[in-house]
Amino acid sequence: MTHQFTLTIQSGKNRLGETEGFDRIEIRPGDTLSIVGPTGSGKSALINDIETLAQGDTVTGRRILIDGEEPPEAFIREPAFKPIALITQNTRCLADLSVEAFLLMHIRARKPGREDLVDETIELANTFTGEEISPKTRMSGLSGGQTRSLMIADALVIGDTPILLLDEIENAGIFKDRVIRSLQGGDKAVILVTHDPYLALTAGRRIVMRHGGVSSVIEPMGDEQHLIEDLAGIEARLHRIRELLRDGAAFSSGSLSSDSLSSDSLSSDSLSSGSSGVSMAAVERGVSYK
Amino acid sequence: MKLLIVAGPPSGGKTAVIRQIIRNLPEGALPAFLKIDVVHATEDEELAEEFGIPAKKVYSGDLCPDHMGILVLEDALRWAEDLSRNVLIIESAGLCLRCTPYTTGSLGIAVISSISGTNSPFKMAPLLALADVAVVTKTDLVSQAEKEVFRESIRKVVPGIDIVETNAIQGTGLRYLMRRVSGQPEAGAEPVMLRGSPPLGVCTICIGKKEIGWKNHFGVLRPLDMQEPVYRGD
Repeated sequence: MTHQFTLTIQSGKNRLGETEGFDRIEIRPGDTLSIVGPTGSGKSALINDIETLAQGDTVTGRRILIDGEEPPEAFIREPAFKPIALITQNTRCLADLSVEAFLLMHIRARKPGREDLVDETIELANTFTGEEISPKTRMSGLSGGQTRSLMIADALVIGDTPILLLDEIENAGIFKDRVIRSLQGGDKAVILVTHDPYLALTAGRRIVMRHGGVSSVIEPMGDEQHLIEDLAGIEARLHRIRELLRDGAAFSSGSLSSDSLSSDSLSSDSLSSGSSGVSMAAVERGVSYK
Repeated sequence: MKLLIVAGPPSGGKTAVIRQIIRNLPEGALPAFLKIDVVHATEDEELAEEFGIPAKKVYSGDLCPDHMGILVLEDALRWAEDLSRNVLIIESAGLCLRCTPYTTGSLGIAVISSISGTNSPFKMAPLLALADVAVVTKTDLVSQAEKEVFRESIRKVVPGIDIVETNAIQGTGLRYLMRRVSGQPEAGAEPVMLRGSPPLGVCTICIGKKEIGWKNHFGVLRPLDMQEPVYRGD
């Protein structure tokens, strides 16, 4: 899609009936925003308001404008014109179709004539998930992580919209770093609900939710850079340990001491060299069972 | 009298949609509600209590509920009129889905849940085909892609139908349905007729006669070696 949009969120009310802690939030191409807050604080409701381009007709009373105006009805009701793709928390697909048939039907709704996108979508999904998805797999038979991976790839390839909404992509055990890399580049505006500190902090702005409404919008202006770098190290280390675990590794006792999480030993280089807290020598492959 | 006929499979969200309709009716609207079911329904009591509106139910028992609905509709219009009501909402039992309970002069609303499977629109084609609006419920439970694929599936059955996607508990997206409701003209100037001929199959089996063999029955019957059904009776 070549046309770019400015999206505006006009404030509504929280569950206590109080006006939200902002007047309007403008979102332009290339912007990234994270949405944080405790469970039940209204994070998913906010992205659902954006996805349905609410016009004061949801519980929050928010209005979502495109280029400063109420969007045309086709933007809301016709998938082919909709400038927004949403990746929900769903890790189950109930559609009684093969992956291929499902994607073909979605292409018919979003991008008629582009049947060639089926393979591209499955290929991209397979870079996010551990176990491969094949075109003949039933949608309802996909695992949680496979479903999520396919939905993300579907949003990127078939949706290919200027505005992308993601609801907790860190769940379901997919390779979130690869997902994030796929999101970057291009002029997409990305809005993500997350409990992941690294994802939350690296976004350009952070929307904080409370009692069903937005309580504040934080613009870090670079102040949090040190913390982000620190977290990047921890992330890299966690990623490495997670992948080893998933691969069947076992660790000797005490090898995961707390100072092994200090920032100086946390670049991915130091992880792979074995100089960090986890002694790679202690890793045993293939746990033995009797 | 504005006549709204709401049909769809069980547990699809018909009552949730009706609640939202009642809640959002234009000023001056005075609704009455009739639920048609087979052996058990509580919607009438719930809506009467919640909104303080006249509500009624009718059990069809051994009879086909859609058949029953067609038979009682005229009386129901009079009932609502006698109570000085100006909107009558009929909720179908939602059973075999091969019938179209919609009439001329009514707004036909098919309610179908987005979690009912991609092929469900094909299975209930008659129910969708003659409706004015297809309301797709529970869209908060599926991914956006799945919602759009489901929509495509409805479009395959009825290309031009007005599709309204909603989480009916919250009322999301129902503004498009309410626009149709507001714009719906009054029924009654012309005689109210069924839009389609439902395959009602009303016969002595339907009302509980248990013998096998067409010779033991009356009504619309079909012997093995006959291509078309025959009518036996007075």
